[in-house]
Amino acid sequence: MTEHLRSDPTDRPAVRAFERHRQELRAKRRRGAILFWAILLVAVAVSVNVAQFFPQRLLAGLPRVGDYLFATLPELRPDVLFEGTRTEGSLAYWYFNLPKYLLLLAETINMALIGTALGTTGALILCFPASHNLVRSTWIYTATRRLLEFCRAVPEIIFAILFVYTFGVGPLAGVLALAIHTAGALGKLFSEVNENVPAGPIEGVRGAGGSWLQEMRFAVLPQVLPNFLSYALLRFEINIRSSSILGFVGAGGIGQELYYVISFNHYEEVSAIVLLIVLTVTSIDLLSARLRQMAAGQEQFL
Amino acid sequence: MLVLRDVEKAFGKVRALRDVCLDVPRGQMLGVIGRSGAGKSTLLRTINRLGDPSAGAIRFDGVDVTGLAGRELMAWRGRCAMIFQQFNLVGRLDVISNVLLGRLARTGRLASLLGHFSDEDRARAILALERLDMAHAALQRADTLSGGQQQRVAIARALVQEPDILLADEPIASLDPRSAQLVMEALRRINREDGITVIANLHTLDTARAYCDRIVGMREGRIVFDGRPDELTVERARELYGSDGLEEMLAETVTSTALPARLARVAA
Ligand SMILES: Nc1ncnc2c1ncn2[C@@H]1O[C@H](COP(=O)(O)OP(=O)(O)OP(=O)(O)O)[C@@H](O)[C@H]1O
Ligand SMILES: [Mg+2]
Repeated sequence: MTEHLRSDPTDRPAVRAFERHRQELRAKRRRGAILFWAILLVAVAVSVNVAQFFPQRLLAGLPRVGDYLFATLPELRPDVLFEGTRTEGSLAYWYFNLPKYLLLLAETINMALIGTALGTTGALILCFPASHNLVRSTWIYTATRRLLEFCRAVPEIIFAILFVYTFGVGPLAGVLALAIHTAGALGKLFSEVNENVPAGPIEGVRGAGGSWLQEMRFAVLPQVLPNFLSYALLRFEINIRSSSILGFVGAGGIGQELYYVISFNHYEEVSAIVLLIVLTVTSIDLLSARLRQMAAGQEQFL
Repeated sequence: MLVLRDVEKAFGKVRALRDVCLDVPRGQMLGVIGRSGAGKSTLLRTINRLGDPSAGAIRFDGVDVTGLAGRELMAWRGRCAMIFQQFNLVGRLDVISNVLLGRLARTGRLASLLGHFSDEDRARAILALERLDMAHAALQRADTLSGGQQQRVAIARALVQEPDILLADEPIASLDPRSAQLVMEALRRINREDGITVIANLHTLDTARAYCDRIVGMREGRIVFDGRPDELTVERARELYGSDGLEEMLAETVTSTALPARLARVAA
């Protein structure tokens, strides 16, 4: 009997101690999980009430979505589809304002491009002091982190309103709003990439007498650059969408025209503009996806 | 001459270095041995000032190294090149760029940040690679090289620093026997031809015996042996490693550089 007990591997002191520890850990984790789900449930209940998000309201509202969409559809007649701008029912009639749209669309893309470029530059400068493995001073780290948080916590549209107020109506306000938000969002992503960088090469540069800037430039940047590029392109896609909305508050781009035609119930023009935006966003998404693939496989030289 | 006086280093409660006193004359090839955790890496990192000593003094040619900061500290690190067990190359950069990193302490700050190195620097880098038989791989990405090749690139990087001292932390611990031999021979050649002081942490007795002028043994942060290779008898080695440890040491064949000699001794 004792013989049998002794040979039971689950009865060894080391195993028992381990099992006890494991039970404790599991109990603790379970308590944590229960608490988490309870809080989540309460939060959802509260927010459903606050937002008046009730199924019957949703069901009652849904047909109206259809009504509006239907109203914006152009009346196209197959027989005169390719006639000029004066023939009702032709494509050209629907898009009689195309030159203006294209100009505004170009402005929108430009805003996104410049906003992304400026924001990425800001993120590139701020991401290194915001990575805890790269700075010794917790003060600098905390300060840059908080700054980045502020930049991305405030929605673009709020910055846009502020800058329209300060610099007047036009794309400058939009560009600045995009740049600040982009710096905040990308700065955080960049610093997280930095924090996963292997420390060996950094020590290699430091041990050879490199300065902090040189460590960042030669040991960190080459390792993270493909990721940075990929994130910046992703942000560009997001910024194209955002910049087409910023016009609603007068910050330039096609949003201003969209806002105008919506307010004045120029239904057919709403669908014309939305379709243009969708096409633009989709093609830029596709293009940027290709670029990102290329960035991932790219070699780095000094 | 490198002089260490009563150097201490503590990590919280762990005393990684205690009362370390060491004089290393210029041009010596010194091997540091000891069990895992004895403080060998800490010793080298403290000399290079990758880590600061908790107490004591480190002097080089009369200059107190422990007090340096800022540019002077970087210049000091430039003068005592470091070679790591894991090579610590920047994998995504090509080989020549990695070697050029050894010039950072000497190039203008702005020029180097823009990635601009002089023709002369590039020439030095190529010549250093050639000495280590690696010039053919100059434009290859560093992470495409084998471990032994990467370590030779790391030595080339150290060479272009034109250092007074070369600190090598287990330079051959992750290499196969043949690569290990090439690397050790390169270190000894640099030591003999350029008169650069070499301090190498080694984890096999044979390697230390075969290549070093002098051996220092560490145990629990203290230097407990300091002498010529032939003075390191089996008894002294047992003191260093403990009797179990010594068995392990002798059973270790993987990265030993002096395989035939060792086998002969075990057979005897
Ligand atoms: N950064 C650190 N933080 C805390 N403790 C450390 C640190 N670096 C080293 N130590 C401790 O200092 C002691 C000496 O470590 P060290 O790395 O110098 O040993 P070593 O002789 O190089 O060992 P090995 O042969 O395994 O590389 C060890 O007890 C180690 O745990
Ligand atoms: Mg070590």
